[in-house]
Amino acid sequence: MYRYDEFDAQFVKERVSQFRYQVERRLAGELTEDEFKPLRLMNGLYLQLHAYMLRIAVPYGTLNAKQMRMLAHIARKYDKGYGHFTTRTNMQFHWIKLVDVPDILEELASVEMHCIQTSGNCIRNVTADHFAGATDEEIEDPRPLCEIIRQWSSLHPEFVFLARKFKIAVGATPHDRAALLWHDMPVEIVKNEAGEVGYRVYAGGGMGRTPYIALLMKDFVKREDILAYLEAVLRVYNQDSRRDNIHKQRIKILVNTIGQEEMQRRIEREFEEIKASGSLQLPQEELDRIKAYFAPPKFETLDDEMPIGSYDFENWKKTNIHKHRAPGYAIATISLKAIGQTPGDISHVQMDALADLMDQFGIDEIRVSHEQNLVLPHARKRDLPAIFARLQKLDLATPNSGLITDIIACPGLDYCDLANARSIPIAKDIARRFENLDRQHDIGELKIKISGCINACGHHHAGHIGILGVDKKGVEYYQILLGGSGAEDATVGNIMGPGFSAHDIGPAVERVVDTYVKLRQNGERFLDTYRRVGMEPFKNMAYLEQMYAAH
Amino acid sequence: MAATPALQVLTSNRLRDGAVVYWQAGAWVEYFKDADVFHDKPLADAALAAAMVFVKDRVVVNPYLFAVREEAGQIRAVEQREIIRCAGPSVRRDLGKQAKPSMEAFDVSI
Ligand code: SF4
Repeated sequence: MYRYDEFDAQFVKERVSQFRYQVERRLAGELTEDEFKPLRLMNGLYLQLHAYMLRIAVPYGTLNAKQMRMLAHIARKYDKGYGHFTTRTNMQFHWIKLVDVPDILEELASVEMHCIQTSGNCIRNVTADHFAGATDEEIEDPRPLCEIIRQWSSLHPEFVFLARKFKIAVGATPHDRAALLWHDMPVEIVKNEAGEVGYRVYAGGGMGRTPYIALLMKDFVKREDILAYLEAVLRVYNQDSRRDNIHKQRIKILVNTIGQEEMQRRIEREFEEIKASGSLQLPQEELDRIKAYFAPPKFETLDDEMPIGSYDFENWKKTNIHKHRAPGYAIATISLKAIGQTPGDISHVQMDALADLMDQFGIDEIRVSHEQNLVLPHARKRDLPAIFARLQKLDLATPNSGLITDIIACPGLDYCDLANARSIPIAKDIARRFENLDRQHDIGELKIKISGCINACGHHHAGHIGILGVDKKGVEYYQILLGGSGAEDATVGNIMGPGFSAHDIGPAVERVVDTYVKLRQNGERFLDTYRRVGMEPFKNMAYLEQMYAAH
Repeated sequence: MAATPALQVLTSNRLRDGAVVYWQAGAWVEYFKDADVFHDKPLADAALAAAMVFVKDRVVVNPYLFAVREEAGQIRAVEQREIIRCAGPSVRRDLGKQAKPSMEAFDVSI
């Protein structure tokens, strides 16, 4: 795992003392709220419905046991005993006091954590495949590049005043687990025909009010040129994006206004200029130095046999255990989607216990996925029954990874100041409706994603079934979208029609799923059936009850 | 049907801890049930103007008025957002102001 060097440690330390001083000045009346707000946002601090919310960065979703314990400690000491993992793989605490924040930041810094790049118009926390370094599908671990991007972007003078936030993700497998193409600038690690490793770069993806899938900018960027190319993309964005209209400031609008070819041309021009200046070459030694931090643990030579266990264990294995690159090892998904619980929430007791479990089973890191689950990337197969038994006791062994109850939901109107409607109660209601595990297995892969407003933190555009909370004169309504995907076949979901009330949305989703079960052919997933038959049959069934009611 | 008079309550968040507070007789209180209910606009606007002093004094941030209505003899917020602010998260009844035993039930369930 990456360890801070002296520069990182000093930088974070300075940030903490700067913010301590800024809070003091705010409380002393030397800064107004308007002056203070951009400063607190630069440190991940929002004012929300019930209190302040602090968003802590989990770079590329990787945490060690010490950091997990620190999050538990913060939940216990400064919050109300729990935290919430977001789709950007960060952790949010929703009950924070402003006066405590400098101390929290200091405690976080002691375990190499911070809240930088979690808010504001900057390059945000870079995300990666949560199976990075463990899956046998990848060309190489994407996290060293994420870390290089973090170091290049954190203090870059050109990027401190971007028009809007800017999200980057790095993938390295044909199967996309990081919702890559939904980012402002997706980077895919690829091999060219000569077998050289390089990067495919896209731009212009994004959710929100105007959803777009990113478009290809360059098919192959050489290793040493990657920072020059990324800088070229950022420069074009910085120079040419609109700053006059908040809804048109993301790079997706620029790319789709001027078109793919023109965007490619402008980037290429900048790229050539940067390359000619000879700056921003990524030396192999630097890449190797960073890579060394991410070297996988020394895998033991183990028997590759998968243990057989109880009925519950076997069910867990079906969905939550994934193939590892090393014999005798497995990747285990820890679901934060227990039926009836808030997606992504975790208590301080669970966090501490997970840190203990990591220590006991020699697992030195844990991952946060954008689907709001946790992942043990390197678990010995022979340990799985014992790990499962521990997780069961902690209510962390729900066997539903990738199934219909593995729902993404943003905090919504229960916490969020920008929300139109609640997301969490809808997620809970739907999960309860589909609680029966046999039914979940029969339905198969079905991704439901719920956002409480158009900002789309719950990725509703990318849900096979997306749900968007809207406000009608102070009352919550929910629109259904069908056919979205956050995988390698990324597509934007289509809105079905008028919204449903909070009371009607669960039954409507159930009718949509039942329609799929009736219409599916030859092992089709929900998404495949939707793509084959279109919106109409689903729509007819979803609105059926309303039609009866109207007659 | 005669138009119901617009009832309003003044609210804000406390600067130091972000807690939701309500205006009562020129000061801030923690519970919605104790808040002043304004039956007429000039009075509500005057309270909002008076509240700005507390912004300047760093007690609260962003005070604003929101609509309430009378329902079975009780004052309730009109919009879901304010119902949740005055109670706490609907998904964690053990937290927020609703968690205090002295509070009446806030029915915000779906
Ligand atoms: S989607 Fe909207 S409601 Fe949900 S967390 Fe984001 S801003 Fe808040």
